[in-house]
Amino acid sequence: MLRKSLWGLLALSFSGAASADWGLNMPKGVTELSVETYNLHMMIFWWCVAIGVVVFGVMIYSLFAHRKSKGAKPADFSHSTVAEVIWTAIPVVILMVIAIPVAETMVKLEDTRNPDISIVVTAYQWRWHYKYQDEDIAFYSSLAKPSLDARRKQSGIDPFAVDNYLLEVDRRLVVPRDAKVRLLITSNDVVHSWWVPDFAIKKDAVPGIVNETWFTPTEVGVYRGQCTELCGKDHGYMPVVVEVVEPEAYTAWVDTHREADAPQVADAQ
Amino acid sequence: MSTAAADVIDSHDDHGPAKGIGRWLFATNHKDIGTMYLIFSLTMFFIGGSMAMVIRSELAVPGLQFVHPEFFNQMTTMHALIMVFGAVMPAFVGLANWMIPMMIGAPDMALPRMNNWSFWILPVAFGILLSTLFMPGGAPAGGWTMYPPLILQTGDAFPFLIFSVHLMGISSIMGAINVIVTIINMRAPDMTLLKMPMFVWTWLITAYLLIAVMPVLAGAVTMLLTDQFFGTSFFLAAGGGDPVMFQHIFWFFGHPEVYIMILPAFGVVSEIIPTFSRKPLFGHDSMVYAASCIAFLSFIVWAHHMFTVGMPLTGQLFFMFATMLIAVPTGVKVFNWVATMWRGSMTFETPMLFALAFVFLFTIGGFSGLMLAAAPADIQYHDTYFVVAHFHYVLVPGSVFAIMAGAYYWLPKWTGHMYSERLGKLHFWLSTIFVNVTFFPMHFLGLAGMPRRIPDYSTQFTDFNTIASIGAIGFGVSQLIFVWVLLTAWKGAKATDRVWEGSHGLEWTVPSPAPYHTFTTPPKARIASESFE
Repeated sequence: MLRKSLWGLLALSFSGAASADWGLNMPKGVTELSVETYNLHMMIFWWCVAIGVVVFGVMIYSLFAHRKSKGAKPADFSHSTVAEVIWTAIPVVILMVIAIPVAETMVKLEDTRNPDISIVVTAYQWRWHYKYQDEDIAFYSSLAKPSLDARRKQSGIDPFAVDNYLLEVDRRLVVPRDAKVRLLITSNDVVHSWWVPDFAIKKDAVPGIVNETWFTPTEVGVYRGQCTELCGKDHGYMPVVVEVVEPEAYTAWVDTHREADAPQVADAQ
Repeated sequence: MSTAAADVIDSHDDHGPAKGIGRWLFATNHKDIGTMYLIFSLTMFFIGGSMAMVIRSELAVPGLQFVHPEFFNQMTTMHALIMVFGAVMPAFVGLANWMIPMMIGAPDMALPRMNNWSFWILPVAFGILLSTLFMPGGAPAGGWTMYPPLILQTGDAFPFLIFSVHLMGISSIMGAINVIVTIINMRAPDMTLLKMPMFVWTWLITAYLLIAVMPVLAGAVTMLLTDQFFGTSFFLAAGGGDPVMFQHIFWFFGHPEVYIMILPAFGVVSEIIPTFSRKPLFGHDSMVYAASCIAFLSFIVWAHHMFTVGMPLTGQLFFMFATMLIAVPTGVKVFNWVATMWRGSMTFETPMLFALAFVFLFTIGGFSGLMLAAAPADIQYHDTYFVVAHFHYVLVPGSVFAIMAGAYYWLPKWTGHMYSERLGKLHFWLSTIFVNVTFFPMHFLGLAGMPRRIPDYSTQFTDFNTIASIGAIGFGVSQLIFVWVLLTAWKGAKATDRVWEGSHGLEWTVPSPAPYHTFTTPPKARIASESFE
């Protein structure tokens, strides 16, 4: 009986975890480059594991075998040029093996040429503004009302009861699947940073500077991220939500919003 | 005051300390100043640590329970400034003051009155910084990196922040000058540069780094000051300035600063591991070259903190490759420590335990550092909890554990008594367990997408945050054991001169406790060069 209630308590304390999952690793994401980034991350991780196994293995063996309580007598060697050369050369080779694919991905990541869609992203304290370059669409994207109510200090609202707490906005950025979307990112006040982990892009929004980045989502869905550069008191409350839709649905979305969200209307908000 | 001054003159013949508060206010003795640095550092460690407790309490579960976001940001900013400039750096200066003269056979630091200045500036600097907590608009909340334009939104605290940073810089520069002059001019006759102990070597390199980069920081914050009050626009886009320029200048200081906080730690560990392995340090000279290499490379990697700001591709590639290169000399150091232990005759007193944990956990921090060096992956990691995990691994079980190891290692030499080994081991094990419980889950949080410096988070990040908060409280409480060790440090058995069976170097040839004045005549040349008999 006691055991049963203990298990119940344990289950209860992790019930929050049941609704969300225990994220352990970087998401693979939904762009070609996010998958490449994930693979690079894992490749370097496994190199680190391999080096760690060797170094820590030798060290742990030594800790047990070469202890005074086991009667170990200290050797008197104090240097070896051969050893030093070997353990300088091997890391250099490993680093070169790592550096080449990493540099290749980096080159692709910076290639913002020939986009299908360009969107100007302007950061404000504390919301995002999106303007589709070739359409008459522009709007602000702020933290959604349910999260806004729950985020107040001692609001009495359980964050677990709010869908996508702090990761939902009132107006999502909508882009079509398989289109190369170029973002032109800037800021109206302080430095912010636009990040969606599933696209593996993060770019700072700097006042006075227009930064470029791009992504081509390959799957429809809703992808969430957050501002990642400290931008003042509500830094934690300016999420990024991107909805990737089928190209036809995107065209329909543009048609219905072109009139309603003409820039002058949105700017007067 | 006049009596204190008279005492100094009176006591000159018997070489004892002055009486009363004057001993400390007008201190010129390297041991007294070292003690003050260490006590100051420990105080700041607890103040900065209590701010970390506020941060972790708020982050234990989603939703805002205790503080407002503004205050949360003040806590993260102040925690970093206090830990970097108030706890870690002064602790190493304290160890340098105590040990460098005794390790090189010098009677004192070369510039004792400047030494007094460089210490006494610090309580003033941190008095100013802490007073900002009570000012209209609160303490600085723009992060310890002070990026404009955000930092210019600070309230009345802003000029006080700038001036306190100036004072910390002046203190560091004077301390560094003192270290360099002492090491270059006051070594025992036979102690050539390459015969110097590793702690002395790493501090010599660190001191050059300090002199090179603290003025850069002073320049950067002065430009912030004039941007705010005198109409300049160094960093304001509206006036033709460039906010990113500040980041470049800051990190030109900031990256060498990272090594300022770790090179002396390398030195401490390189003293301790040979002692408890009863075997000389493996590859002493290559350790020196590796540390010099790291110091040089630290000047050409700064923009790896800025892979997301929008740099030209070639710039990103350069900084990526240069950063990866640092793994090579750092690897040499780790391999040499392992080779020192190899076929030694090890015992595991508290200093050795801390030094071993340093090697393990600093290396883990090094691995995440290598991952962060890869620019495309860094774009994912940047400004997330993965970075928080990385730099806390190299700073807490890195720098702080090395400081703890050094404190336990030299404590019997300072007090003349053995500390309680039982309490020391308890302190070690609790610290090591809780430091991992605190910081390891942060890797997962960062990879799963939690940005740093946020007061509240989405519910999928709950579990690891709760675990980290439990670990943090445990780690904080465990540090009280260290205070207990210090308070009871005079109760243990009398320490011998050598203290440890495998101890080596000049500091172990003087009595325990070390007399007020040591090496008033240079030690015998032969002893200086013989580290192991």
